[in-house]
Amino acid sequence: MVSPILELKDINKSFGHVQANKNINLIINKGTIHGIIGENGAGKSTLMSIVYGLYQADSGIISVNGKEIKLKSPRDSIENGIGMVHQHFMLVENFTVLENIVLGFEGEIIFGKNLEKAKTDLKNLCDTYNLNVDLDSIIADLSVGFRQRVEILKSLYRGAEVFILDEPTGVLTPQEVDELFKILRSLKEEGKTIVLITHKLNEIMDLTSEVSVMRQGEVVGHTATESTNREKLAEMMVGRSVLLRINKSKVETGDVVFKVENLTVKDDLDVTRVKNVNLEIHAGEILGLAGVTGNGQTELLEALSGIRQVESGEIYLNGEKISDNSELLNPRELKEKGLAHVPEDRQRMGLVTDFKAYENLIFGYHDQEPYSKSSIMKDNKIIDYSKKVMEEYDVRPRSPHLITSNFSGGNQQKLILSRELNESPKVLLVGQPTRGVDIGAIEFIHQRLIDMRDRGAAILLVSVELEEVLSLSDRIVVMFDGNIVGERVNKDVTDRELGLLMAGVA
Amino acid sequence: MEFLSDIASLINSTLRISTPLVFAAMAGIFAERSGVIDFSLEGKMLMAAFVAAVGSYFFGNPWVGLLMAIVACVSLSMLHGFASVTHKGDQVVSCVAINILIIGLTTALAAAWFGQAGLTPTLTNEQRFLEITLPFADALQNVPVIGFIYSDIISGHYIFVYLAYLSVPIVYWVVFKTSFGLRVRAVGENPSAVDTAGINVFTTRYKALAINGVLIAFAGAHLSTAVNANFFREMSAGRGYLALAAMIFGKWHPKTALIACLLFGFTDAMQIRLQGVELPMVGTIPVQLIQAIPYVLTVVLLAGFVGKAIAPSAIGQPYIKER
Repeated sequence: MVSPILELKDINKSFGHVQANKNINLIINKGTIHGIIGENGAGKSTLMSIVYGLYQADSGIISVNGKEIKLKSPRDSIENGIGMVHQHFMLVENFTVLENIVLGFEGEIIFGKNLEKAKTDLKNLCDTYNLNVDLDSIIADLSVGFRQRVEILKSLYRGAEVFILDEPTGVLTPQEVDELFKILRSLKEEGKTIVLITHKLNEIMDLTSEVSVMRQGEVVGHTATESTNREKLAEMMVGRSVLLRINKSKVETGDVVFKVENLTVKDDLDVTRVKNVNLEIHAGEILGLAGVTGNGQTELLEALSGIRQVESGEIYLNGEKISDNSELLNPRELKEKGLAHVPEDRQRMGLVTDFKAYENLIFGYHDQEPYSKSSIMKDNKIIDYSKKVMEEYDVRPRSPHLITSNFSGGNQQKLILSRELNESPKVLLVGQPTRGVDIGAIEFIHQRLIDMRDRGAAILLVSVELEEVLSLSDRIVVMFDGNIVGERVNKDVTDRELGLLMAGVA
Repeated sequence: MEFLSDIASLINSTLRISTPLVFAAMAGIFAERSGVIDFSLEGKMLMAAFVAAVGSYFFGNPWVGLLMAIVACVSLSMLHGFASVTHKGDQVVSCVAINILIIGLTTALAAAWFGQAGLTPTLTNEQRFLEITLPFADALQNVPVIGFIYSDIISGHYIFVYLAYLSVPIVYWVVFKTSFGLRVRAVGENPSAVDTAGINVFTTRYKALAINGVLIAFAGAHLSTAVNANFFREMSAGRGYLALAAMIFGKWHPKTALIACLLFGFTDAMQIRLQGVELPMVGTIPVQLIQAIPYVLTVVLLAGFVGKAIAPSAIGQPYIKER
């Protein structure tokens, strides 16, 4: 009764010198939900892009229903019943749902009858799978959850039997995740096959019946989900045992060091993104700011770190006003007063990725002694210093001369952390500290943040990863549509409760 | 009556002056909707003007000249595509290179072939397009209102004038009502979405560029084989840039771009009429100042009135599939 629908044999793929996939063998059985788990950069997405025809494998065989197929473009995959929901949705924002779905499969040169027929067909599909999408709405007006449904509907319309979902829950609230899982289960009941790519262990345990683990471009294990557990999977992913829970001691909090009063901030398009926000952070405390991406967290962080002028309201550091609508201390002055900032977008704001590691490590101190004298940088001193911090923060590889973009996401983040934590700041603003970072480095980064807190720093942690906020914070506030919609002490809150706040329904 | 004929002549010159702008703006819409910046409208228009004039002169038939201009402009569009779509070069640099190349090339070739730098021989009436008198135009001349509109305004233009205004609804229809148009717009907004739908991003952009080449050729031929009877150095005189501005002013939409083109054409027609006219109090306004009006208007409109013109999201970005 169990028959393979999709079979991969000895798939290899290299990008330049990096081998992204090595001798991959994988069998996906019909009518199952098959999980593929692995860290960032393990080669999961590359592999699935090959199956979807976006990339061409250097060697290897792909078979669908026992028949070998050649995949030259996504068209070939679609014709063989393979559909993919990408991590970044493949939708045209200013098109309607209908236009997005028929794109490439219009069936006629001049729009007319077929478009009407497509509408009826799509309405039927929506009913069958309970998708509830309005075909005439513009994508830009839809929430992330709905956009994802459009992607699923698109694959259904194109006749997919196998659905590949790449990190589908990364941008969803817990409630939206529940909805998605419901849809996936109903797809399975209708006999469809689902391949779920994720780095989240919970999702594998909740949803899948079989799981394959990838590490450094190779499949390192297959197992039935019921015969494994989170710890075993994590160990397979990383290649060593990892701590999934963080040990956090109780610390007496001190005075309020960082205070935000009635803060309102506009973005570049003059839209108010932060609305009358009040925050207080004590010494020795991590305040977690949870929320779905795009609810004003970015603008808030920028205002707090001196990058963006505030519209109204005040910001105080140690009782001293550092920003209001007439004045703004620049990041350098703020740094001197003991405020450090780990920006959300590390490649755009945190680093100059074309520079060497040591150059990035010294930014902000590059004109200070002993690294610089009479405006001339002392390369030897800087490199000695760089070697020391890279050792301390376990940055791999430990080569200060390497161009920054060649480091992995986790190691880039460590470079920023080591720079920002260098002078023991009193206040630390951290945005998405572990986005795109592998488990091993997450553990390290989390531990560093806890250490900072234990030493009495006040930390604001902005993250869309609810699990991260829950495991690190002492107190949690939730941001929705620019407002702080709730505040909870960490020990008596559940992720369901936070999820409702994040969705703006509580 | 003199007032009426003044109006008729103002409308007529507006329509005539706007014609190359309309063609160029429609050409620009195709390229830019597909995500490829087209600064080279200027150069291509100049090339078309030169090739059309030379072709007509040698073959004695303006249609042959037009056909050759189309071939030349499509080739230039393909060159732009080869540099910026296939080889992912900077689109603006590629356009600037084309513009500079054409200015030099047309001047040099004219010198080599005709002995006069940047000038081609004057075309005879058989070698150029003439104004078309529509049927019954003479008969209806004296019918009130209808006669005025039909005989004095609608009739008596070059064929390109009619084609230009006909091209606007056609471009609208292709861009918004056909599957090809849907793909062109999608590829300019999110090429990945098009690629994952199994459509070739590069081919789609090349097709859009080919249409762009055809349309811009009409603009050039209009200049050298209809309103003028020869090619002269830099005769496109910034119309390609003006059309680009009109297209942006029109938010990459055929209908609004047409309005912008007519507005630019109207100010240009006005400035011609205003030259030498003595205004009370001010006296005669210097010609240079009046001639600057359309360009000043461009800057003012673009800077102030258009507001946020939202370009196709993927414009200017070469599509890179593999990391």
